[in-house]
Amino acid sequence: MVKISKVVDQMQPSGIRAFFDLVLGMKEVISLGVGEPDFVTPWQIREAGIYSLEQGFTSYTSNKGLYKLRLGLQKYLKSKYGLEYSPDDEMLITVGVSEGIDLALRTICNPGDKIIIPVPSYVSYGPVTELAGGVPVYIDTTKDNCKLTPEKLEKAIDKKTKGIILNYPTNPTGVSYRRKELEELSKIMLKNNLLCLSDEVYGDLTYDFQHVPFPTLPKTKASTLYFNGFSKAFAMTGWRVGFVCGPKDIIAGMTKIHQYTIMCVSITSQMAASEALASGEKSVQEMKREYRRRREFVVTELNNMGLPCRNPEGAFYAFPSIKNTGLSSMQFSQLLLKEEKVAVVPGTAFGASAEGYIRISYASSMDNLKEAMQRMRNFLVRRNGKNKKR
Amino acid sequence: MDEILEILEKDCRITPEEIAKMLKRKLPDVKAAIKKYERDGAILKYKAVINKDLVRGEDSSVRALIEVSIVPQKDVGFDKLAERIYSFPEVSSCYLISGTFDLLVIIEGKSIQTVSSFVAEKLSCLENVRRTTTHFLLKKYKEDGVILKQKEENKRIAISY
Repeated sequence: MVKISKVVDQMQPSGIRAFFDLVLGMKEVISLGVGEPDFVTPWQIREAGIYSLEQGFTSYTSNKGLYKLRLGLQKYLKSKYGLEYSPDDEMLITVGVSEGIDLALRTICNPGDKIIIPVPSYVSYGPVTELAGGVPVYIDTTKDNCKLTPEKLEKAIDKKTKGIILNYPTNPTGVSYRRKELEELSKIMLKNNLLCLSDEVYGDLTYDFQHVPFPTLPKTKASTLYFNGFSKAFAMTGWRVGFVCGPKDIIAGMTKIHQYTIMCVSITSQMAASEALASGEKSVQEMKREYRRRREFVVTELNNMGLPCRNPEGAFYAFPSIKNTGLSSMQFSQLLLKEEKVAVVPGTAFGASAEGYIRISYASSMDNLKEAMQRMRNFLVRRNGKNKKR
Repeated sequence: MDEILEILEKDCRITPEEIAKMLKRKLPDVKAAIKKYERDGAILKYKAVINKDLVRGEDSSVRALIEVSIVPQKDVGFDKLAERIYSFPEVSSCYLISGTFDLLVIIEGKSIQTVSSFVAEKLSCLENVRRTTTHFLLKKYKEDGVILKQKEENKRIAISY
């Protein structure tokens, strides 16, 4: 029998697949475990997709993506953030940010090149780095309020370090950075000639201050790949449209791999994304307001019930500590699911250092959140009672 | 619009305690704001939106939109006659509008007969009502921003990264 490659064979399968299966197999669960918006794509965007099909737009597009969409992005980024990228050779439309990150790593990594990944982080960064022949170097941020500090970054860099994957607002912690913090980090990256892969897919969902795209910091544009997409802000996860902007030569390299592996993103999705840029902003702001209220509610509730939770600046995740229950992340999640039918994601899904935390997604209706918080409270009260008896 | 109103307009069962948490405001301030809105009439009442198609019973009703052309009166314009019309309990809404007629009146009644007799016997014979055109509602799809459909099942997968 043919054996699979060593790299894939050695890739760690997700340790919590079994837990996910457990959740998927249960009925009537209130799930706070979902990494996508609970809103459906705004109607005018869906309608644009349907209309494009009616009009017979069913072909390939340019490898780089529909020119109309790239032009729209150029305008959007300029007016929203003052970011300037040419639609001709500094931009590529990808199948979500995930594809973009994969392309970038394959484009920049020589065997043994090191890529810094602050953890807890989104699950794909490490495995994709390894597939590209790179070596992930994880920096644990849990002792620093889940934020990467300049000191720890500097310490982690050596001669083989090629780049860093920075994701803010962060999945799973909701952490984001203010301009000053980003400038500190960028100085170290510049000094050490690192490429910053900045995954800003949650950028539009930043609540307490203005989101600062990494390439808008002084002197960073030439050494930054800016990743963003339509999934989170426009509630378009299933359409799979993302994009990456950056230096010409890297984008050209990424486009080569993209053209051989993907060819192009589905034209229907690109048409819909184009409409999202033209008319979606109002919906984005409405959804954002809704998320912000849910955040305040959930974070207050969690702290009140005795699960310390820092205020997440963005995305739609809260990342409370469950250490004072004496349970591991996995035990907590399993028991909560079994006893109260509330699903959350164990922190350890996002790196071993996130033991003692759980991820709660507040991309769920207020009714669900209210009920789920009550159930969690019941769960904790019952456990405390048991502990006292012992 | 104040976010308190935005929240209550979507779901009036949300308690002041919950609103205080959602907006990070002090509970007494939220309560005071709501009281003030109620006093000023910005919040008129709290009610459930009912999909009557799903409620079987004797109180099933028929709705009609009636275009009414009227003769405006000296000094009071349309208001006086509008008041005479909207005071009938059968009238659920009444609007003055621009275009080929003047008042759009929405009537609710038990049957087509009750609605037509209201139009024939009460509305049309009012002095200064020139003409009426009655449109019976056949099906309701969306009302006040709410799509009248049974709840859809959740289409997201229950857990993901």
